[in-house]
Formats: sequence, structure tokens, C-alpha cells
Amino acid sequence: MEALGVLGDPTRRTIFETLAAGPLSVGELAKRLPVSRPAVSQHLRALKEAGLVTDRSVGTRRIYQVDPTGVAALRAYLDQIWGDALAAFKEAVESDGPDDERKHT
Amino acid sequence: MNTQDLTIPAVNRTVTVNATVERAFSVFTGSFAAWWPDAHHINPNGYEAAFIEPRVGGRWYERAPDGTECDWGTVLAWEPPHRVVLTWQLNGEFEYDPDPDHASEVEIRFTSEGPSRTRVDLVHGKLERAVGAAALAAGIGGEGGWNGLLRRYAELIDGRDLTAIG
Repeated sequence: MEALGVLGDPTRRTIFETLAAGPLSVGELAKRLPVSRPAVSQHLRALKEAGLVTDRSVGTRRIYQVDPTGVAALRAYLDQIWGDALAAFKEAVESDGPDDERKHT
Repeated sequence: MNTQDLTIPAVNRTVTVNATVERAFSVFTGSFAAWWPDAHHINPNGYEAAFIEPRVGGRWYERAPDGTECDWGTVLAWEPPHRVVLTWQLNGEFEYDPDPDHASEVEIRFTSEGPSRTRVDLVHGKLERAVGAAALAAGIGGEGGWNGLLRRYAELIDGRDLTAIG
């Protein structure tokens, strides 16, 4: 499960987040995002291999959605939350002037 | 899928900060609200601050501007300045789930790497409990569960629906 590295790509992350809002076809995704259809397909393949999205056929179309079992999605989501949080923590701990140990008990 | 038998690899994150281990621990726990990204909260009434009560059994919770509070979890281990363990009790709908069987766990370790340098290792594990809870509550593939959470998250990122999230 390499969900985390896969979401490091900003375009892939946008596609994933767009699908989190609801299932879409490749064409619909390409229409909504500033990404070509072949590029969308390529990113979807990577997302699918990472277990983040699944697809199904509806008539002639292929519909993509966030993996409903949610395992990889959950991990990726939490990883992103903690990544954001620790970056903000680092900034706070380093920006607040010299070491202040008074608060520590 | 039998969620009882499922084990999900923990989420691991590490950051190294230019601060003493004491200060790193103090800012992480005592000034939690000062750095926690306010986009990540659950109360529909909005977000003002979040807190970790400094003791085993203490609450980890957020407060809205109107004073209402939402729990996130509980302090399982409190070992300043080196280690703190919290339960994460938010379900797939991003609501507090009081059932301890559904709680995942966040362990944060602070290790001194020099006079003013600290490595912070964060492990968010026991994730299968949370997934089990989400799957149980929403049914796999339903509109609830992690899809619901991710949808809200996507809305938040897009700034499409901030009022609904808070």
C-alpha cells in the first residue's frame, strides 16, 4: 500500500479530493480539472494501484470513486492531517523565540 | 471483508525541530491550539481552540467560539517531556465515537538529538479499529464512513462549503 507517496503529487491529490466529493468518469474529471484526459487516466491508474480509488463500468463509461472500504483512503487522509500538523508544529516551536522551559512541569 | 481480522499499517510521521525536548513537548501539548491547523476540526459551530489536558485520563478536545466542546479522545500516557499517547475517537462521519473499542491511538515521542534539537516521532496506529467502526456504522460503500469524511475534507480544501463544516 503506497497510498502516501501517490498523494504527494499535487495533481493526483486534486483528482483524489475531487473523487472524494463523488464518483466521476475520466471525461468528467478532465472537464473539471486543468488536466488532459490521458493524464487523468494515468493518474487514476496510479491511484487505483495504490488502493485509493476503485472503478466500475456503467454502460460504455468507466466511473471512478474513492475506495469505499476506505482503508488506504483513511491512512492517506490521516497521514496528510499529521503531515500538515507537524509542519505547523515545527513552525510554532521554532518561531516562538528562545527556549522557554517555564511552561514545562 | 472482516474488519476484525484486518490490520492496517500505522501512519508514521517524523519531524526534527530546533528546540529542546522540553520545549518541543511543552509546545506540542500545552500550546496545542497555537499550532494545530484549524481546518481540521469537527464542531459545526466553528473552531476556536483545541486542548490536551496534561494528565492520564485527560481530555483531548476542541472548543467552538460559542463555548461548545467536542471531544477527540483521551490521554492514555503522559510522560513529559518524552512521550504522550492519545486516543483518536473520531469516526468516519468525523464525529466523536465514545466506544473505546473503536479508538485508534496516536503516540508521540520526543527524543533529544542535541542541546537544542529534538526529533518528534508520531505513530497513529490501531487504525483497523477506526475502519471497523466506520464500516459498521455506515456499511461499506455507503455514503457515510470514510467517504463522508473525505467528501467534507474535499469541500474544505476547495473552500466550497465552509459553513457546513464550521
